[in-house]
Amino acid sequence: MEIMNIVYPMLSIGGLGVVLGAGLGYAGKLFAVEEDPKLGEVLEALPGANCGGCGFPGCSGCASAIVAGTAPVNACPVGGAAVAEKIGAIMGIEASTSEPTAAFVKCKGTCGVAKEKYTYFGLDDCVMAMQLAGGGSKSCTYGCLGLGSCKKACGFGAIEIIDGVAVVDKDKCVSCGKCVSTCPKHIIELLPAKKKVKVECSSKDNGKGVMAVCSAGCIACKICEKNCPFDAIHVVDNLAVIDYDKCKACGICANKCPKGVITGKKPAPAKAEAKQEEAKTEESKQEQTKSE
Amino acid sequence: MSDLVLLVLAGIFVNNYVLSQFLGICPFLGVSKRVETATGMGVAVIFVITLACAATYLVYNFILVPLGIEYLYNIAFILVIAALVQFVEMFLKKSSPSLYQALGVFLPLITTNCAVLGVAVLNMQKNYNFIESVLNGIGSSAGFALAIILFAGIRERIEFNDTPKAFDGFPMALVTAGIMSIAFLGFQGLIKL
Repeated sequence: MEIMNIVYPMLSIGGLGVVLGAGLGYAGKLFAVEEDPKLGEVLEALPGANCGGCGFPGCSGCASAIVAGTAPVNACPVGGAAVAEKIGAIMGIEASTSEPTAAFVKCKGTCGVAKEKYTYFGLDDCVMAMQLAGGGSKSCTYGCLGLGSCKKACGFGAIEIIDGVAVVDKDKCVSCGKCVSTCPKHIIELLPAKKKVKVECSSKDNGKGVMAVCSAGCIACKICEKNCPFDAIHVVDNLAVIDYDKCKACGICANKCPKGVITGKKPAPAKAEAKQEEAKTEESKQEQTKSE
Repeated sequence: MSDLVLLVLAGIFVNNYVLSQFLGICPFLGVSKRVETATGMGVAVIFVITLACAATYLVYNFILVPLGIEYLYNIAFILVIAALVQFVEMFLKKSSPSLYQALGVFLPLITTNCAVLGVAVLNMQKNYNFIESVLNGIGSSAGFALAIILFAGIRERIEFNDTPKAFDGFPMALVTAGIMSIAFLGFQGLIKL
């Protein structure tokens, strides 16, 4: 009888387990849904950080969107070209090699360069400062407030506030876009990381207005526009804007800019011209091959 | 008949599983950031608890009681519930992809939801018959859904409030849950079963 006290529970619970297990196994076959095997592979290729930088809920959301074709193979901004290539191989699509991007703060108005309307003694937060009259203490209404909301938002420690302006460390930036959406002044943008030529100003004031508040702002003089050999830089709304599809990063605009607002200056102008010629010859070569 | 209605109402308000009996706190705090996901979780819990109540009633009364091994109810219930949730997940995936899309993420989470086991165990302890068990399951899981949806709504609003830094995020959620629990205390004693 005592032995039965052991045997019954073993048999019943064990049996229950076996029956349920077998039932599940059978159900698993019966209800098997043919899932796209690509889904797992794509998920494997993604970084798995679930940062949400792509705009989908986590990496699995991104993977299913890629497999469904609603997202491009380079949808993951963190993984960059390496991941895009892997996923492209899985999906059988050649990865349109997205150029690696990095966040860039389009303001050069450091302390002393840009004037202040008043001294700000509030919370160290740009969004807070924005709610005050005139949208913060800087005289330039477009400029970086330098209170570090973007720095706090960055999960990778890529942003530092140097001399009152946020600066992105390109090597650490994974281009997730958190800072872009955080900045209340909307002056952070994801730009091609390799091209050094960038307009470091966001002011849409006219030349006179800019001169009054900042000595390092774009004054819309159009010198860059006139000097660009590739028609890649234009002054739109009193602000120089670079078309990175056309830009060859020759650096001529940077050298010519009277305010030094454009980054990527080449030390010797001769070199830049040589590069420009190189680019031209390359272009002509491409044209030749095309015509052939 | 009125007893059965009262049973459901008591499950929703008086004996609310989250706010009066503190079962199923994990999903209550975890999946309550957005009303949308909280609704999904709530519906999934209703679905699973109702089925689990029926299944555990059958297992208890037709397997455990005849063999005289009622003391193993915990293990048996966990086994049945886990298998049931797995089965439901597979079944939904095959038969109703849209429902699976809505509930699929939450189903594995519910396997380890102690509210499910709690309802099953309480059904057994109170000697409910089959219909009472299922109705108690519906009532108490609806109570869970109500609590989590209300909670998510409050959290969505609190998120944008200017809270002291020490209370930001999770602490605030715990405080909110506590106050909600006190509010539900007002229902205590309304229905005696």
